[in-house]
Amino acid sequence: MVNRQGAQKMRKSGWDHAFNVVNAVIMVAVLILTLYPFWYVLVGSVSSIGHLVKNGFVLWPDGLHWDAYEQVFRNALIPTAYRNTIVVTLGGTALSMVLSIMGAFALSLKKLPGRKAFTLFFVFTMLFSGGLVPTYLVVSELGLIDSLWALILPGCVSTYNMVLLRNFFQSVPEDLYEAASIDGETLLGYLVKILLPLSGAAIATVTLFYAVGYWNDYFKSLIYIRNNELWPMQTVLRQVLQSGMFDTMLYDDAARSIPQETLKDAMIVVSVLPILCVYPFVQRYFVKGVMVGSLKG
Amino acid sequence: MTGLQLRSKETLRQRLARYWPAYLLLIPVVAWYLVFCYLPMGGLVIAFKKFSAIRGIGGSPWVGWDNFERLFASAAFLQSIRNTIVISALNLLVGFPLPIIFAVLLNEITCTPFKKLVQTVSYLPHFISWSVAGGMVYMLLSPSTGAIPAIIEALGGTAQNYIGIGAYFRPIVVVSGIWKSMGWSAIIYMAAISSVDEQLYEAARIDGAGRFARIWHVTLPGIRGIIAIQLILTVGNILNVSFDQIFVLITDLTLDVGETIDYYIYRVGLGSSNNFSLATASGMLKSLIGLVLVVGTNKVCRMLTDGEGIW
Repeated sequence: MVNRQGAQKMRKSGWDHAFNVVNAVIMVAVLILTLYPFWYVLVGSVSSIGHLVKNGFVLWPDGLHWDAYEQVFRNALIPTAYRNTIVVTLGGTALSMVLSIMGAFALSLKKLPGRKAFTLFFVFTMLFSGGLVPTYLVVSELGLIDSLWALILPGCVSTYNMVLLRNFFQSVPEDLYEAASIDGETLLGYLVKILLPLSGAAIATVTLFYAVGYWNDYFKSLIYIRNNELWPMQTVLRQVLQSGMFDTMLYDDAARSIPQETLKDAMIVVSVLPILCVYPFVQRYFVKGVMVGSLKG
Repeated sequence: MTGLQLRSKETLRQRLARYWPAYLLLIPVVAWYLVFCYLPMGGLVIAFKKFSAIRGIGGSPWVGWDNFERLFASAAFLQSIRNTIVISALNLLVGFPLPIIFAVLLNEITCTPFKKLVQTVSYLPHFISWSVAGGMVYMLLSPSTGAIPAIIEALGGTAQNYIGIGAYFRPIVVVSGIWKSMGWSAIIYMAAISSVDEQLYEAARIDGAGRFARIWHVTLPGIRGIIAIQLILTVGNILNVSFDQIFVLITDLTLDVGETIDYYIYRVGLGSSNNFSLATASGMLKSLIGLVLVVGTNKVCRMLTDGEGIW
C-alpha cells in the first residue's frame, strides 16, 4: 500500500518534471518568436547586403555598417517627421488628458443630476459612428486638412480611456469629497488637490495609452495630410517601405548605392527605437490599465 | 406625496448647487463629441444622396435607396463582406484559444523572474504600430533577403513572393495578428487565473491531482466565465478586422482575398475613387450591423453572467 503510493508519487513527479521542461521550452520559443523580428531588422540594418542575400536567416551581423543610417538621417523628411510626431504626441496627449479627466470626473460623481444621460451620450459613440467619409467631411469643413490639428482633434477623446478613468475615480470613496467640502474645498479644488494626486497610477496608464496611440497613428495622416512636410514618422516609414522613397528623393550616387533592404531595416529601427527604449520603464502601467478597465461601474 | 416631491426637489436643487461646476467641465467634452462624433452621424444623410462636392451636402440631390442597391449589386462589396467574415473566423479559430493556452501555461511557470520576462516581452508587439509590424512582415518575407524564404529553401522548398500571392494572404494576416496581440490578450486571462482561490489548488493537491488535473479541474473552470465573455465580445466584433493591418499588408495582387469592408470603404471613398455617397452607404450598413451584433452579444453576456453586461 505504502509502496504503491510512493510509486504513484514518483510517477507524478516524473510527469510534473516533464511538463515543466516542455512548458519552459514553449515559453522560450514564445520569447524567441516574439523578439526575432526586432532582432532581424536590427541585424539587417547594420549588415552588408551580401550577408543578407546569401544567408537570409541571419542571427548576427557581419560587422557594423552604418551607411543605411547615414542615409536615413540625411533625408530631409526624417527630422521634420520626428518633430511632427513629437509635437502631435505631446500636444495631443496633453489635450486628450485634460478633456478625459474633465469628462471622467463629472461622470464619476454619482449624485450629479443627468449623469446617466451624459454617460449614454458618450458611450453611444462606441456603438455607432458616422464612419470614414462623414468624419472626413467634418474635418475638411473645419479647414483642418493639411494641418497637424487633423492628427490630434478627430481622435482626441477615447471613450474607452475616459470610462477607464471614471472607473478609477469612482473607486475613491465619496466620503473624501464630503470631508473636503466640510473643510471648505470646492468641487474643482477637490479634483485638483485631492483626487488627481491620489490617481497617479491611473493617470499614468491613460496618458501612456493616449501617447502610444498618437505615436503609432498613421491613418489620420494618410487621409488628412498631403503636404509631406507635415507627415509624421509612421507615414514616412510607410512611404519608404512601399516605394523606397529614397528612389524619388535621392541626393547623390552614394545614396543610390545603399541597397533598399538595409535602408528599410534602418528606417524600421529608427521609428520603433523610441518605443523600445521607453517600454521597459512604463510597461507595468499598461497592465494596470487593463486591470482597471476590467472593473465595471 | 407632496412632502416627498418637495423633498426630492430640494435635494435636486441642493445637488445642482453643489455639483454645477461639473457641468462646466462637461461643456468642452460634450462639444468635442458633438463636433467629431454626432455631426458625422448627421453626415450619414449623404448615403441617400448623390453627393457632389460643389453642391455640398445640402445641395446634393436625394436618390433614395440607390446607393444601397448599387452596393448589393457590386461584386467587390459582397466579396469584401465575405473576406471580412472569413478573416474574422480564422482569427477566432486560431487567435482566440492561443492567449488562453499561453496564460494557463505561463501560470504554471514557477520561476518568477522568468515568468515576468516572458510576460513583459509577450505584450511588447501590442505597442508598436502596424506600419512597423507590417514592415517587419515585408522584410521577413522578402524574396531576396527574407528569413522565411531562406528557411524554406534550406528545408528543400522553393521560396515564393509570399506577400503577393492570394493563397498566403489570410494566413499572413492571422499569424502576424497573433504575433502582435497574443500576449496582450492573455493579460485578462492571467488576471482571472490569479484570482482563482488558492485553497482550491491546495484541495486538489491533497486529493492527489496532478498538474493536468489541476489545470483541467481548477484553472479552466475558474476562468470559464471570462472566456465566455471574451468569446462573445469577439463574435460581436466580427466585422472589425484591423484596418491598419490590412492596409499595410494588402497589395493589388491580394485585393480579391484580402479586401475587408473597412478597406473597401476607404478605397471607394478616399482611396482610388471619390465616391463619397457609396462609401458612406457601406459605412452606414456596417455600423448598423455592428450595432445589432454588439447590443445582441451584450444581451447574451448579461444572461450568462446574471445581469453583468459590459456596460
